[in-house]
Amino acid sequence: MITTYSNTMKQILYSGLLFILVLPGCERSVNDLDEPTFPTNPNVFIDGFSGGLNYAAFAGSVPAAFQVDTEVTFDNTSSSMRFEIPEVNDPRGGYAGGTFFTSGPRDLSGYNALTFYAKASESVPMDIVGFGNDLGANTYVASVTDFRVNSNWNKYIIPIPNPEVLTEEQGMFFYSFGPIDGKGFTIWIDEVKFENLGTIAQPRHKIFNGQDQVVTSFTGIVTNVEGLISTYNLPDGSDQDVNATAAYFDFSTTDATVAAVDDLGNVTVGEQGTATITASVGDVDALGSLTIESDGPFDAAPVPTEDAGNVISIFSNAYENVPVDFYNGFYAPFQTTTSNDFEVNGDNVLNYENFNFVGIEFNQNVPTIDGSEMTNFRVNIFLPNPVPANSAFTANLRDFGADDNFGGGDDTTLSFTVNAGSNPALVSGQWISIDLDISGMANKSNLGQIVFDSDAGPGLQGATIYVDNVYLHK
Amino acid sequence: MKTQNSFFRIQIHLILLAISVSAVSCSSEDSGPDWQLVWSDEFEGAAGSSLDQTKWNFEIGRGQNGWGNNELQYYTDRTENASLDGEGNLVIIARQENFQGANYTSSRITTQDKLEITYGRIEARIKTPFGQGLWPAFWLLGTTNSGEIWPQIGEIDVMELRGQQPTKIASTVHGPGYSAGNGITDDYTLTNSRFDTEFHVFAAEWFTDKIDFYVDGFLHHTVTKEEIENAGNEWVYNDPFFLILNVAVGGNYVGSPNASTPFPQSLTIDYVRVYGE
Repeated sequence: MITTYSNTMKQILYSGLLFILVLPGCERSVNDLDEPTFPTNPNVFIDGFSGGLNYAAFAGSVPAAFQVDTEVTFDNTSSSMRFEIPEVNDPRGGYAGGTFFTSGPRDLSGYNALTFYAKASESVPMDIVGFGNDLGANTYVASVTDFRVNSNWNKYIIPIPNPEVLTEEQGMFFYSFGPIDGKGFTIWIDEVKFENLGTIAQPRHKIFNGQDQVVTSFTGIVTNVEGLISTYNLPDGSDQDVNATAAYFDFSTTDATVAAVDDLGNVTVGEQGTATITASVGDVDALGSLTIESDGPFDAAPVPTEDAGNVISIFSNAYENVPVDFYNGFYAPFQTTTSNDFEVNGDNVLNYENFNFVGIEFNQNVPTIDGSEMTNFRVNIFLPNPVPANSAFTANLRDFGADDNFGGGDDTTLSFTVNAGSNPALVSGQWISIDLDISGMANKSNLGQIVFDSDAGPGLQGATIYVDNVYLHK
Repeated sequence: MKTQNSFFRIQIHLILLAISVSAVSCSSEDSGPDWQLVWSDEFEGAAGSSLDQTKWNFEIGRGQNGWGNNELQYYTDRTENASLDGEGNLVIIARQENFQGANYTSSRITTQDKLEITYGRIEARIKTPFGQGLWPAFWLLGTTNSGEIWPQIGEIDVMELRGQQPTKIASTVHGPGYSAGNGITDDYTLTNSRFDTEFHVFAAEWFTDKIDFYVDGFLHHTVTKEEIENAGNEWVYNDPFFLILNVAVGGNYVGSPNASTPFPQSLTIDYVRVYGE
């Protein structure tokens, strides 16, 4: 599992979540008759590794970034943990990161915070520190991303979002620190331990960062509860946000037949209707919610019938797709289009929301497409909401010309616009197949970009558009 | 209760002298006075009901210059800002809302003209609000019956807290020559607890020549007549005082709330008890 880790927290978390999905039987075991009990040792690193503690560096990090230091220690104790953060382009690794985990689980439910002392060679932010990374399921990961350290020893407190769930934990402490402005530095951490502090209080919790989200969805779509934050008031009166995995929270739905939610915050959309997912931790309700408006079974795009040998596919589950740079370029500053792509019954669909224009590109880190043998450009679009007056959808296919680069005076673009009077017509509630004849396109051996826009019909601005089966064929 | 109130408008230390004399044989304590309960509000009543106005007054509005401290709240007598919780507590609630030109509302209650005392033990069991810019207080002010004004009338702050310092309270006396930032003060800090998560008992024991301040029975601050007079100042604590409970929002002592200050915020008072010797 170590090799699956990388230097962003998202990836750390997601790699754990994937593992959970594969092994659902590994989640919380509940057996009232024979609940095993585990050691309650609160110490992680006091003057050296506590009993049973191991260390593993994250993939891509400098392997030896962590060392035990006997020179610089808190309160003149015998040793501390020293982390050397590399400069940018260090051949040994791009960052310092790793996790301290125990061989056997500990019962941490009697504590409410992980605390430690830290100092640094200069005033720097600590990218991420936390606990619950056990190199396994990573069920109960909690982390803080806004600590700053300076050249004095200070105490840091990471409140446990919901202590009662930590009866069987192996992930004691993890960190990930990257270069700042390209430069490396050193952080020392000491006296790492779990504590039960009477001075942290006033828990408040959020899902979806406290927002009430409403989404239209379809039977079979699985989505996740995101943006889980627990906030505690610290002894100094400041609030500390802790990012938490879903297992710390309890979830409920107003209608499980419309949207079911499991212990790990996976929301599975069911039959047509409306249901709202909310959460709580202990007896405190979390701010934020997810309202699913299920339209029932998804009307999938027509399955392409062209032979795979006659197709260069850019986005379709019917074919193997060529690599692309992205399906949404998020062109600043004028693009409003966001992406909320989904998978339903094994079919991936591009879901463009708040539409004005959006680009798919295949020219930056991947080769342009040689479409010289192809005669047609196909795309399926679906407008779930009523089509306002003065709406038009234009698909643009751009060839980069002999220089194989955007611009340079040799680019050519072929476009096709769908509106109320075109054939096919722009209608809502059914898939529209656009099949653009590109046989007459002067250059098509360096195709690099597809842009969808609403320039010819601004009525479409702000719309939601599903897109599927984007490919060239002959 | 009304007769009792008028009874205690007289200086209770004199009235109760006889009681303390008769009770002295029952006292098992060698040191300290034998306190007798002379007035209390246990805040029993239906949830949502207002407080007993035979015992308490509301002070309304924004005062002058934010009650002398540039405080930001408008004090009301609405049950939205002060009401019983049905579980034996009075709750004073500071809210963030636009009201009469202010951005916050809260309540400030006093026993002025209803309970005015000189000397005794003044005690309350309280759980505080928290957060930047919240300023709860349990305190006494001298009456202006003699025509004098603050700070000549004297002020005894049994407890005040800065919401951004939830583990620390201050106890202070203010008088002529030692008022505002020069009040005679001391802090008390909890080492592994907070004032906003559980109830704590705050008390002042006021004698002819000193005032002792207690938190949960721990004497943390004493102000003596001798030290005040040795500093060339006047001991102004021989006249009637009345009680005040309030939650201020913002002001010189505490600073303004910020975006992370949670509202509404509650000061929960289990009881207020006054004892005489």
